[in-house]
Amino acid sequence: MSSTTNSVDIDRDVGNFFYNLTPARDAGVGLSEGTIDYIVDVKGEPEWLREFRKNALHVFMSKPLPTHWAGDELKAIDFDVIRYYLASGESAKRSWEEVPAEIKQTFERLGIPESERKFLAGVEAQFDSEAVYSNIKRAVADQGVIFMGSTEALKERPDIFRKWFGKVIPTGDNKFSSLNSAVFSGGSFIYVPPGIKVKHPLQAYFRINAENFGQFERTLIIADEGSEVMYMEGCTAPKFTTATLHSAVVELVALPGAKIQYITVQNWSPNVFNLVTKRGLALEQAEVKWIDCNIGSRLTMKYPSVVLKGRKARGEVISIALAGDGQHQDTGAKMIHAADETTSNIVSKSISIGKGRATYRGLVHVPKHLRGCKNNTECDALLINASSRTDTYPAITVRGTGNSTQHEASVSQISAEQIFYMQQRGLSEAQAMSLAVNGFVNDLVRQFPMEYSVELKRLIDLEMEGSVG
Amino acid sequence: MTTTEPSLILPPLTTAPEWFKELQTRAWAEYEAEPLPVRTNELWRFSSVKNLSLNDYVPAPEFLADAVRLTSRRSYQKPAGRLVFANDALFSAELLDPALKASGVIFTTLADALEKHSTLLRQHFMAQPAKLGSSKFAALHKALVRAGTFLWVPRDAEIQAPFEVFHLVEGDSAAVYPHTLIIADDNSKVTFIEHFVSFDPAQRGFACGVNDLVLKPGSKLTYVSLQEWSQNFVSVQINSTIAARDSVAVNLALNFGGKYSRLESVSRMVDRGARSDMLAVTVARGDQEFDQRTLQDHLQPDTTSDLLYKNALNDRTRTIFSGLIKVEPGAHHTDAYQKVRNLLLSDDAEANSMPGLEILADDVRCTHGATSGQVEPEELFYLKSRGIDDLAAKQLIARGFLNEVVARLPEAELSEYLQRQIEAQL
Repeated sequence: MSSTTNSVDIDRDVGNFFYNLTPARDAGVGLSEGTIDYIVDVKGEPEWLREFRKNALHVFMSKPLPTHWAGDELKAIDFDVIRYYLASGESAKRSWEEVPAEIKQTFERLGIPESERKFLAGVEAQFDSEAVYSNIKRAVADQGVIFMGSTEALKERPDIFRKWFGKVIPTGDNKFSSLNSAVFSGGSFIYVPPGIKVKHPLQAYFRINAENFGQFERTLIIADEGSEVMYMEGCTAPKFTTATLHSAVVELVALPGAKIQYITVQNWSPNVFNLVTKRGLALEQAEVKWIDCNIGSRLTMKYPSVVLKGRKARGEVISIALAGDGQHQDTGAKMIHAADETTSNIVSKSISIGKGRATYRGLVHVPKHLRGCKNNTECDALLINASSRTDTYPAITVRGTGNSTQHEASVSQISAEQIFYMQQRGLSEAQAMSLAVNGFVNDLVRQFPMEYSVELKRLIDLEMEGSVG
Repeated sequence: MTTTEPSLILPPLTTAPEWFKELQTRAWAEYEAEPLPVRTNELWRFSSVKNLSLNDYVPAPEFLADAVRLTSRRSYQKPAGRLVFANDALFSAELLDPALKASGVIFTTLADALEKHSTLLRQHFMAQPAKLGSSKFAALHKALVRAGTFLWVPRDAEIQAPFEVFHLVEGDSAAVYPHTLIIADDNSKVTFIEHFVSFDPAQRGFACGVNDLVLKPGSKLTYVSLQEWSQNFVSVQINSTIAARDSVAVNLALNFGGKYSRLESVSRMVDRGARSDMLAVTVARGDQEFDQRTLQDHLQPDTTSDLLYKNALNDRTRTIFSGLIKVEPGAHHTDAYQKVRNLLLSDDAEANSMPGLEILADDVRCTHGATSGQVEPEELFYLKSRGIDDLAAKQLIARGFLNEVVARLPEAELSEYLQRQIEAQL
């Protein structure tokens, strides 16, 4: 076992440790049809999926890197040195006792079993390519809620899984969604039956342990008519010197009147490229809300989207990005209005520290002959140091009368007056800065579950300590 | 006052200096080497690039229509000087009053300036690169430019009346390359109005124009363009403003004509205290597309820029606005604002807005906003309840919406003149 901790940055490094494991299943280095055959064979998947994956591989190979609008940073990814599938070969366990010791320790150090006991309705823990633990509280399962790994769901519930799989985000959506479609493994599958309101959140925890590894989980959540569900995901990886790739695809389907809330707190280590495609489909009067918090990674490119397909559907993205020194958080949101009286709201707040760069990229689309569609977008950026950078690149298309959109963005720094005011009341400069930054994001943080908002505040405090002076 | 100097009507640029001819040869090679724009290029996102195939256009022939009829009803009452170009040839030149000429003001054609002020031209002619996607068209303009204006305003000169220039086009599929270079020397003040007019409101045509505004320390320059190309015209207009210490640039574009109009405008604030106001009013009708791209580039501390673009969209029109505020490293105390507002007056109209920010310094105040909406039923009801019919009420609201931009101009007389031009379009 090896771990490094930095005396100041202790919590930022909470995930910075790994175990030397030799996985029983290893697809080797690089990507080819052979890699796919390996994955399909060890997972015992049906032939249609082999074809689906191989087709996706060709799409991935044929698509260029999106460097014409994204930066050149993507060129640092070497797809030939990445390992695409690593697993122990055992199925997910129902109790922590059965999980192999070192993997169990990993999640204990991250506090997962403890949180499960306290406030979660179900937990899934993924270690590299596969879920190692998956459990749902009996009371919730008895209501007919399905919560399992996508590998399991493919085998046990192909009827529902296949119906929606790849429908919200098609293979060819972008280069990284096609990569995911080719080599996906793990991720969660949730089905909530009509009218069922899951009271407590379901949680998944994604952990990368191995070096030079790519994690490609695939999550599919279906909330049937009038149901409600909240899903939370957390992610960490140890700090390696080489690049690690995380490229998930998350599809949400909110059937009429359903509500899905999807909360992400991403705290990847600074060697991770986090390139994720997330999209929800909201039918009549349904609601999809993404709460997205990006703290770690070297480069994150993630634009949670909602396709508002039914009348009076509602979409919301709440986004917080903290770009520390050397990080680039390229985040945003997309709202595709496709029915009358649909409304969407995007609130994005970013903080850039040191040489950190926070980018907001957004898309709002209101096509012809819709009535009563409304979008509101607010982007606020806070710059902490002279070398910090922020960008805003929204694109808004509105056709016809009867709809309205508004976009506003502002960039500011913490005012010297505020800091002076707090300092003359006895706070140190770092404390004052932390307080000001926490104030900046406070209205959004309050929408997070308690545990996460406390954690986020602590992370901000720690980041600020190193940035003053 | 109307006298025409025959020397100015000679076929232009045959007398141009060698450096300029070489520049043109190189530019043609650059133009040929660069591919036509494609939509996957972010700088051409949403643009109907199919309009930019230039195979069918011919160099503008001799102008045979009645030029005076076109200019007279549009002219500003008492300009400081006026040049009229028709199909890229000089048609008439109303020269300065002798006092202005004696004070050192130069107001002449590009051809004349190349001959007499070669050093100035060599320093300033298209000195700024086209950054917003149209480098191919900038090269085309450089290679083929014939008609243009050169205005030099000497140190401390304050000229109240505006200079006025017309570019007229007539003839099927005629192509023109209008050019304007204005240099306002230290602490001078000047206003300039430029008209682009098609004789036949339906004739096809192509214009590829460049206007470069150079503001020396402490100068004030107001540039207004009125674009009334025909409904079948394709145009690319590239503006570059460079603002030195404590100078104030105002650039207002009134866009009425054209089938596809690409307008690129760059303001660079290169020294402390520089300020640039970028304004535009667009009234879109029929099947028009207006493709506006802007850059507010803050290179030094204590600089200001303020952009306000308003679009009124009728019928099946499309507008594209893509603007970027860029604050370069170290450009602290930047104040930068950017606002685009779209008024959708038809169900078939489409407004695309891409307001962008790139901020590389921390002590700044930058905001941008983009709104798209329609005439509010309450506003309409209020006017109708006072006996104003539906159409008139909508026009009234559109007029109020657009006049806010023109009202930002410092000179009341000029803004009233421009308001009349807008009203003629509604």
